[in-house]
Amino acid sequence: MADPKALYQEVILDHNRKPRNFGRLEQPSHEAQGHNPLCGDHLSLALNLENESIAAIAFKGESCAICKASASMMTVAVKGKSRKEAEQLIEEFRGMATGELDCGKVPHHLGRLLVFSGVRDLPTRVKCAILPWHTLHAALHSVASTSTESGDDPMHAPIGNA
Amino acid sequence: MSAVRTDVKAPAFDVERIRGDFPILKLEIGGKPLVYLDNAASSQMPQPVIDRLVRYQTTQHANIHRAVHTLSEVATAEYEEARRKLARFINAREEREVIFTSGTTDSINLVMHGFGRKFIGAGDEIILSTLEHHSNIVPWQMLAEEKGAKIRVAPIDDAGELQSGEYEALFNPRTKFVAVTHVSNALGTITPVRQMIAHARARGVPVMVDGAQAAPHLTVDVQDLDCDFYAFSGHKLCGPTGIGILYGKAATLERMQPFKGGGDMILSVTFEKTTYNTIPHKFEAGTPPIAAAIGLGAAVDYLSAIGMDAIAAHERHLLEYATAAFSRMAGVRIVGTAANKAAVLSFVVAGVHPHDVGTLLNQYGVAVRTGHHCAQPVMQRFGLPATSRASFAFYNTIAEIDALVDGIRNVQKILA
Repeated sequence: MADPKALYQEVILDHNRKPRNFGRLEQPSHEAQGHNPLCGDHLSLALNLENESIAAIAFKGESCAICKASASMMTVAVKGKSRKEAEQLIEEFRGMATGELDCGKVPHHLGRLLVFSGVRDLPTRVKCAILPWHTLHAALHSVASTSTESGDDPMHAPIGNA
Repeated sequence: MSAVRTDVKAPAFDVERIRGDFPILKLEIGGKPLVYLDNAASSQMPQPVIDRLVRYQTTQHANIHRAVHTLSEVATAEYEEARRKLARFINAREEREVIFTSGTTDSINLVMHGFGRKFIGAGDEIILSTLEHHSNIVPWQMLAEEKGAKIRVAPIDDAGELQSGEYEALFNPRTKFVAVTHVSNALGTITPVRQMIAHARARGVPVMVDGAQAAPHLTVDVQDLDCDFYAFSGHKLCGPTGIGILYGKAATLERMQPFKGGGDMILSVTFEKTTYNTIPHKFEAGTPPIAAAIGLGAAVDYLSAIGMDAIAAHERHLLEYATAAFSRMAGVRIVGTAANKAAVLSFVVAGVHPHDVGTLLNQYGVAVRTGHHCAQPVMQRFGLPATSRASFAFYNTIAEIDALVDGIRNVQKILA
């Protein structure tokens, strides 16, 4: 791609082609389904929380490349992290994707996840990137399913339309 | 007296000259020439229509049907002249059969409230088709729920063709209304609407045609179709947003109750009784979008000068070229392969989600629509959550289809 700010960077393409932690967990302690009814993206996420720490995490689903890569990189980022650290990362990712968090000024823990910062310029794609994080939030709070279109969800990002 | 010249042909379709009329087509998107292939969502506006809006706003604007001063009389005359132009455009018998609405959705809701709520009751049946846009489903569901009426759905086959036999089999003595699209926005299928109307009318059942995707591409003759209602939107027809029309047979419109109450739709008002105005004014409560109506009048003048037959022929050429090119591409499948189609090409790329297709094509300047196209029953029929859709207008070119094809090849290189 000519545009260096383009969303489809090699790291995202790589996670789309070979998603990490893709599959199922036996007897997870927490799980949730994430759904974007506007485009049909669907994600199931399962994790094992041991001593308030994410010991194992896996996801499955049908979705666009942005959503799948975001889910894959999320599982890598939160594996081994405490619930509190994961929750903070969820907030930071959401802030980055919606443009509310100025990643250049405010300290954060996003690291490689910064490759998704380009979605802030594509309002219709913000939900694709956020859906896995949305679903992780639901799983950690023992909510069985979540949707990008449910207004009462604390992760709801009222942006764009597909 | 001059003899009719038969040796003078209409000028050949000059797409480059036509493109010159559309300032927006000179834009670049991210450094690439804009290739605008989202015409089924909204078309672009040519300079003569833009100029007409400016002239109205600069020298002719006042409220209509009210004051005796010059500007109000000019604005009223121009607004009513626009109605005459629209009536001619669809060959309505009388100009009072054309009601200005805010668009197709508004027109359908007008019929639902004005006709449906008055004449459709418990146990009655309304026939729709699988091809309908949500705007021709939801109002009828609301009515069915309110009245205890029933929705029946005429199915489509794997090509996206409406099944005439199964449509006809839905009729019974409880059938009170048919609402059907003329052209599918998601697949491009042109429905056999003329025969469908004839079948319904032979049984005394009124028919509303959603012409949102047909009016920009085909010659529409409401007398030949013999439908009770026909609706379309201005912004898909090179006109402004916020304007559209509902055509209704005068006798049918006369029997209906008003949809919205307010000024301009009354003859007299006391707190005891209101006498409604005559059609079409009975259905045009409040100050209408006067400038938009006049702009739409200019838009149909513009299209008529080119000729709807010439437009249809050019678009058919584009569709045939694109269909052939897509058929040669591995991993690309056209969704909707009806024999009779308007300029819509819905497609899926194997292994690539439509949203990725749309975002990546945009990086090459190519604007397509992705998603369910407000036609979820169509998507469900094909077992797809979404498709990508390229939709053509008469100002599109073969070179733009080549750009689309190249763009899809690049998408496949990146993602598939």
